This record gives sequence, structure tokens and C-alpha cells, in this order.
Amino acid sequence: MYKIVDKKSYNQDVDWMLVEAPLVARNAKPGHFVILRVDVDGERIPLTIAGIDGNNVEIIYQKMGYSTKLLGEKNVGDTIEDFVGPLGQAAHIRDKKHVIGVAGGVGSAPLLPQLRAYKEQGAKVSVILGGRTKDYVILKKEYEAFCDHVHITTDDGSAGQKGFVTDALNPLLESDDTIDHVIAIGPVIMMKFVTEMAKKHDRSIDVSLNPIMIDGTGMCGNCRVTIDDKTYFACIDGPDFPGEHVDFDELMSRQNFYKDEEHACKLRLKKQ
Amino acid sequence: MKNMKPRLKVREQEAVERNNNFLEVALGYSLEEAKQEALRCIQCKNPRCVQACPVRVKIPEFIKLLLEDALDESFETIYDDNILPSICGRVCPQESQCEGACILGIKAEPVNIGALERFVGDYGMDKDLADKPVPASNGIKVAVVGSGPAGLANAASLRRKGYDVTIFEALHDYGGVLKYGIPDFRLPKDIVTNEIDNLKKMGVTFVKNAVIGKSITIDQLKEEGYESIFIGSGAGLPSSLGIPGENLSGVYFANEFLTRVNLMKARAVPDSLTPVKLGDNVAVVGGGNVAMDAARTAKRLGAKNVFILYRRDRKSLPARLDEIHHAEEEGIDLRLLQNPVELTGEDRIVKQVKVEIMKLGEPDSSGRQRPLPTGKYKTYDIDNIIISIGQKPNPIIKDNTAGLDTQPWGGIITDEYQMTSVEGVFAGGDVVTGAATVILAMGAGKDAAHHMDEYLKNKHARTS
Ligand SMILES: Cc1cc2nc3c(=O)[nH]c(=O)nc-3n(C[C@H](O)[C@H](O)[C@H](O)COP(=O)(O)OP(=O)(O)OC[C@H]3O[C@@H](n4cnc5c(N)ncnc54)[C@H](O)[C@@H]3O)c2cc1C
Ligand SMILES: Cc1cc2nc3c(=O)[nH]c(=O)nc-3n(C[C@H](O)[C@H](O)[C@H](O)COP(=O)(O)OP(=O)(O)OC[C@H]3O[C@@H](n4cnc5c(N)ncnc54)[C@H](O)[C@@H]3O)c2cc1C
Ligand code: SF4
Ligand code: SF4
Ligand code: FES
Repeated sequence: MYKIVDKKSYNQDVDWMLVEAPLVARNAKPGHFVILRVDVDGERIPLTIAGIDGNNVEIIYQKMGYSTKLLGEKNVGDTIEDFVGPLGQAAHIRDKKHVIGVAGGVGSAPLLPQLRAYKEQGAKVSVILGGRTKDYVILKKEYEAFCDHVHITTDDGSAGQKGFVTDALNPLLESDDTIDHVIAIGPVIMMKFVTEMAKKHDRSIDVSLNPIMIDGTGMCGNCRVTIDDKTYFACIDGPDFPGEHVDFDELMSRQNFYKDEEHACKLRLKKQ
Repeated sequence: MKNMKPRLKVREQEAVERNNNFLEVALGYSLEEAKQEALRCIQCKNPRCVQACPVRVKIPEFIKLLLEDALDESFETIYDDNILPSICGRVCPQESQCEGACILGIKAEPVNIGALERFVGDYGMDKDLADKPVPASNGIKVAVVGSGPAGLANAASLRRKGYDVTIFEALHDYGGVLKYGIPDFRLPKDIVTNEIDNLKKMGVTFVKNAVIGKSITIDQLKEEGYESIFIGSGAGLPSSLGIPGENLSGVYFANEFLTRVNLMKARAVPDSLTPVKLGDNVAVVGGGNVAMDAARTAKRLGAKNVFILYRRDRKSLPARLDEIHHAEEEGIDLRLLQNPVELTGEDRIVKQVKVEIMKLGEPDSSGRQRPLPTGKYKTYDIDNIIISIGQKPNPIIKDNTAGLDTQPWGGIITDEYQMTSVEGVFAGGDVVTGAATVILAMGAGKDAAHHMDEYLKNKHARTS
């Protein structure tokens, strides 16, 4: 059992939580993730490690469906049944001079420790935070604390520039030659478009893939992704990969395979 | 061997009935039945059966004690060599081990050693006979990585020798393949849980959600004062066919399919949070126990047509004989000498499997006739395909332990004392041999405990 030490909400859909988990905290690095089960009958869901504070692990989650909503119902002092990690490969911090991070929604959580690592290594860092509305742009303050530039986009224009992250990225890649690397983390469709844009402008790009996972130890094969026509297991080989050769369409299709069943779970949550 | 009675069949659930449930198929012997079968054993002076059992269970002795109604002693006799009799009685490939060598098998049918072992094991489990006093801790800490049969056997032996033993398991439940792989209809999960509870009672500490190499490295375990470490992390990583279409949705590795059903309880659909999506027509690729389990599980989940694609012939099927018979009784179609070459789909969901018809050639290194391509093909409509063609160790420990030598396929290399290239670190079970059997893994765990004990005694003799 893992104790919830602290919790806050960024908006009605996104929470931050601090969970006591010494075995996860001990070796965690940017890019690692955990798999948790909220209760004894729970499904195993992966969440990125957003930060470490002593024996405690920070997670930021969007209440998408049954399990993340159930997690959202837990409060400080409650416990989580299972919490295992750090899983996956730590982010590969490349030798780059000016990195621009592009985050869609809750993707700003996993992006944060990676961009920080680039900053600590001496790179210039910029970030584009995109969200549906002002409320969905999270961690702005945290990014402002260390980033050289923070750009905001919202679908409805309630904060920053109206439009998608790509609308902000395009002019930056066109005008700023110093930007030599892009990191995109967010919905697959967003990562796909950002990757296309980075390729067009001849910049290297890393993305963080989020296929459905079960064990997270390379046992089930559910998390397989295709990169450059080769199969990788995102839980042990990733979740971060160079974006250029990722088969994003396959990933989207595999993610959606259990859509109907997830819908059934949500209905149950409403009934309760 | 005149007047020899025929081998007594074990009562089973009817195929039509069991196709709709996950209850155990083989119901086992009653005491009377067990004794009747036990009478068939001629108590060989040089029992071939014992030689063929990987852990040398004293078979004629336990059978004799059973006949004398000394059931407690019979259990103890088995338990001396095999701490998991209820499990091995059910899942050992007896026909290629103990029973395969039984002298009666030459002229008639061998003694049903598996069913007898299961009977005595279950008796001991009901009477809690394994719950025996163990020595107090000697204060020397040892760590066991993985809670499959290798890890459990290793931990039990070390605890009995007085060590302070901690098992670290990556998943949220203990038992390894016994829990997440082998389905309840062959091995009810309460039997596995019972064995784990026995170890807890002996004072073995269990830590779940601990991925060694990630949560704690082997080096960190040493720093924390674990003086010797046993790696029994199994061979969990599924092998792929390497054919086009393998990443289409609806294509499962057996591990995913069985994990969803066993560990994540998908069979409680629609109440499961980790369901499994299955259509009417399901192909399973492979001919081992894993393939049989996947096929029979699919049938129980309601798939109408389940067929197995295997590239060799019937006699080469590596699965236990019982499971092949059971699968066929349950309506699973064996399509032999057929090798999948391509999967095609619509909207990225698998719809068809194309197979090449094979023929048999010369024997290969495994002694079985090599399957050869014929250039003739067939295509089947499917809703799902489950790939069960083998497993190798996952790379987590290898990648995170400096100086640990491994085979090209990922297996950990050990010396004749089961020590790895890292001092004080031992290994055994599937992680060393590649996917094998429960009894071999258990035996390896037990033998490693002996070597670890020697190693630790030497070490302490040197330092004191
Ligand atoms: C490596 C990795 C890191 C992630 N990090 C974060 C994070 O930091 N914050 C965050 O909010 N989300 C993160 N996710 C996504 C998160 O795991 C899913 O949102 C969550 O599992 C949804 O579960 P649910 O029951 O609430 O929703 P559901 O209604 O069950 O599913 C909503 C969507 O989430 C995805 N999903 C469902 N089950 C799983 C599963 N077992 N594994 C992976 N994806 C699944 C599917 O695409 C599905 O369509 C990450 C995913 C991965 C693979
Ligand atoms: C579906 C199926 C059916 C089978 N049927 C039979 C049968 O009928 N008869 C038979 O004899 N054999 C059968 N087998 C084979 C048998 O189950 C295995 O040979 C045996 O379980 C191997 O034991 P093990 O202890 O080496 O590994 P496992 O049982 O695989 O256990 C390894 C454990 O280590 C854990 N682990 C892995 N990595 C780490 C890590 N880094 N840190 C911590 N823990 C870790 C795993 O989660 C797992 O729990 C079957 C296998 C399968 C998959
Ligand atoms: S452990 Fe397995 S091989 Fe040995 S006697 Fe028992 S059933 Fe036979
Ligand atoms: S070989 Fe057969 S008959 Fe002989 S002791 Fe073993 S089980 Fe009994
Ligand atoms: S999540 Fe099971 S292999 Fe990656």
C-alpha cells in the first residue's frame, strides 16, 4: 500500500499527487514511469514520473476514464494498492544547444523533468504548452521558472495564441535557426503532426509513446510499437523514441482497440 | 505382469460442461482409487521412474506408504525432494519424465504417478503438513528475484537452512507463470496461493512491485547487506513470428491473452477492468503447453472456432499429452504442418491468416523432423490470432547489472555451481535454460540453495 502524501487539482480534469514510494523514488530519472493499481481489482495503468521529492513520487494525471477517475477520488492520507517503478528507459538527454518542448494537455507533466535536464546541461530551452482552454494549460509557472521562452496556445483563445501547438511551432522553427531539437509529448495525433513539422524543418525530434500497457516488464507484448519497420516494446525500450520513423497510425489504432470496453467502464462509474 | 489391471483413469469434467467454466478439468483420485492405482506399481528395486524425475522423487516409497495408509509419511517422502507436489502432480510432463520411464510402460501402461503425487500432495495441503518448525534466523540476509517455481523453491530451501530470505517480485501478485500463465482449469490458483502462504508462515519475506534492476539493482541489494542473491526471473519475453501484420489489433501474444484472463481476471467480463476482446474465429500459433492453454481459454471465453496452427506433425507437439487430448475433446482443431506467413487486416484489425503447407524433412538438432516449405498456401478468416511460439528472458536485469554474462538470446550464464559471472549471485530456472518446465525450475532453485549455502559457509569461515 502506498500513501498519498499530498494532492492538488490543476483543473476539473487534471490532478497532481505525491505518493510515498521509496522503491520507485530511489532510482527514478526523467523519462521513467510507474504502473499503478488503484485498488485490489484495479487495472494496471502507466503514468509518467513527474518529479521526485525524497521518498515521494509526483504524478500528474488526467481523469480520462474509469481508473484515472477512481484515482482522482482518493485523497491525502488514503492509499493506492500497487505502485511499481521506475519503469522504461530514462530519457536520452542529447547534446543539443536549443531545445523546444511541445506539450499537449497533460503531456506537460512528463515533459517538465526532461526539459529541466536539458537546462541543467546548459542548453537553451523553450516550451509550447497547448490546451483546450486556459484551465488545461498546466504547469505554466513551473516552466516559467527555468525556460527561456514559454508560449501558450489554446483551442478557444482563452489564453495565449488561439490554435494548436503546431500553429505556434511553425513560425518558431522558421525564424529561429538556433533551435536544433524538438521534444513532443501529448496525444498521439499531436505528436504525429509535430513530428511531420519537425521533419519538414529538418530538426531532430523525440516523442513519448503511450500504448496500452499491462505489466510494464516486457512480458505481455501489448505495448509494441513499430519504428522504422521494427517492433519495439515501449515499456522496456521506451517510452521515448526518435519521432521520425514512428508508425503513429498503428499506435492510434492499437490504443483504440479497447474503446468500447473503456466506454462500458465509464458507464459503470456514472451508475455508482 | 500377468493379470495386470489397466491404468485407472482419472475422473474428469465432461468436455461439454467444462467448455463453459474455468474449474479444474481433472478431478483427481479418491483414496480408494489412489490405492487401486498404487497397487499396480511393482516396487522396482532399481526404479527407472525415479531416475527420470528431475528431482528424483522417491516414487516407489511414497506409493508403498500410500498403500499402507501412512499418508503423512507418504507426503513427507515426496516433500523431501519436491516442495510443490500438488502443482507438479498436475503440470509435470509425466509422459516424458517419471511415467515415460516406468517399467510397466514397456508392455502396458505406466503407473499414473502424476495423479498419485497430486493425491498425496493435496492430502498434505489439506492437513497443513508442510507447516513445520523452521530454524531461527541465522542473521544472514539473502535475496531471491522472482516468485515463480524457481524462486519459491530456492527461498524455501534457504529458509530451512536458517537464512533470512526476502523474495522480490515485479508484479503485484506472487507465483510467476503459475499465477499469470497456467489457467485455473489446469492449476487452480488457490493451490499456488497456499504454497506461497506456506513460505510466509516459514518466515520468508515477500516484497511485491519490486523490479530488480530498476527499483533496486543487484549492486544495491548487495549494499543493503544481502550476502547472496538468486535470480529466478524466468523467461517472460514473448518471441514473435516476424511476419507481416503481427502488430495489427486483435493479434495477441499468449502472455498478453493469458495475463489478461488469469492475473487481471478478464474472464469476469463484463466486470473486468482489463477485458480481453475475442471474436468467433481464433487461431493459435504453436504446439506447446502455452498454445494449448491459450486455445482452451479462448474456447471457454466463448470463441466458436478455435484452431491451432503448428508447423510440424502431431508427434512433435511439445505439449503435455493430457493437454493435447483435452484440447481435442474440447473441440479445438489441430491444423498440423501449417506455418503462418502473413496476417492481413481491415482498418488495422486482423482478418486473415495465410499459412504455408509444410512437409517433413530430415531430423534437425532437436531430433524431430525438420518442417520444410512446399510453396502451397491456404488462407483462413479469423477475428484473433494468439502467438505462442516461445519466450526468452526479459532484458531488465541483464541491462542493469554490470559484469553479468548472458547468452546471445538473453539467458544468464552460470557455472557448475549455478553462480553467475557476478560473485555471490546465482541463477536458475527459465532465466538460465530458456522456457522449460515447472519441475526443472523448482529443481534449479533448490540446487542453487545448496550451492549458495556452501558459498556463504565458505565466506563466513574465511572471515571469522
Ligand atoms: C508510458 C506512459 C506514460 C503515461 N503518462 C501519463 C501521465 O503522466 N499522465 C496521464 O494523465 N496519462 C499518462 N498516460 C496515459 C494513461 O496511462 C491513460 O490515460 C490511462 O491509462 C487511462 O486509463 P483510464 O481507465 O482512466 O481511461 P480509459 O477510459 O480506460 O482509457 C482512456 C485512454 O487511455 C488509454 N489507456 C487505457 N488503458 C491504458 C493502459 N492500461 N495503458 C496505457 N494506456 C491506456 C487508451 O488510449 C484509452 O483510449 C501514460 C501512458 C503511458 C503508456
Ligand atoms: C501458459 C504456460 C503454460 C505452461 N504449462 C506448463 C506445464 O503444464 N508444465 C510445466 O512443467 N511447465 C509449464 N510451463 C512452463 C513453466 O511454467 C515455467 O518453465 C516455469 O514457471 C519457470 O519458472 P521460473 O521460476 O524460472 O520463472 P517464472 O515462473 O516465469 O517466474 C519468474 C518471476 O520473476 C518475475 N520477474 C521477472 N523479472 C523480474 C525482475 N527484474 N525483478 C523481480 N521479479 C522479476 C516475474 O514477474 C515472475 O513472477 C508453462 C508456461 C506457460 C507460460
Ligand atoms: S515431480 Fe514430476 S516428474 Fe517427478 S515424480 Fe513428480 S510428477 Fe513425476
Ligand atoms: S518404474 Fe513404475 S512400477 Fe517401477 S517403481 Fe517406478 S512406478 Fe513403480
Ligand atoms: S507492457 Fe507488457 S510488454 Fe510492455
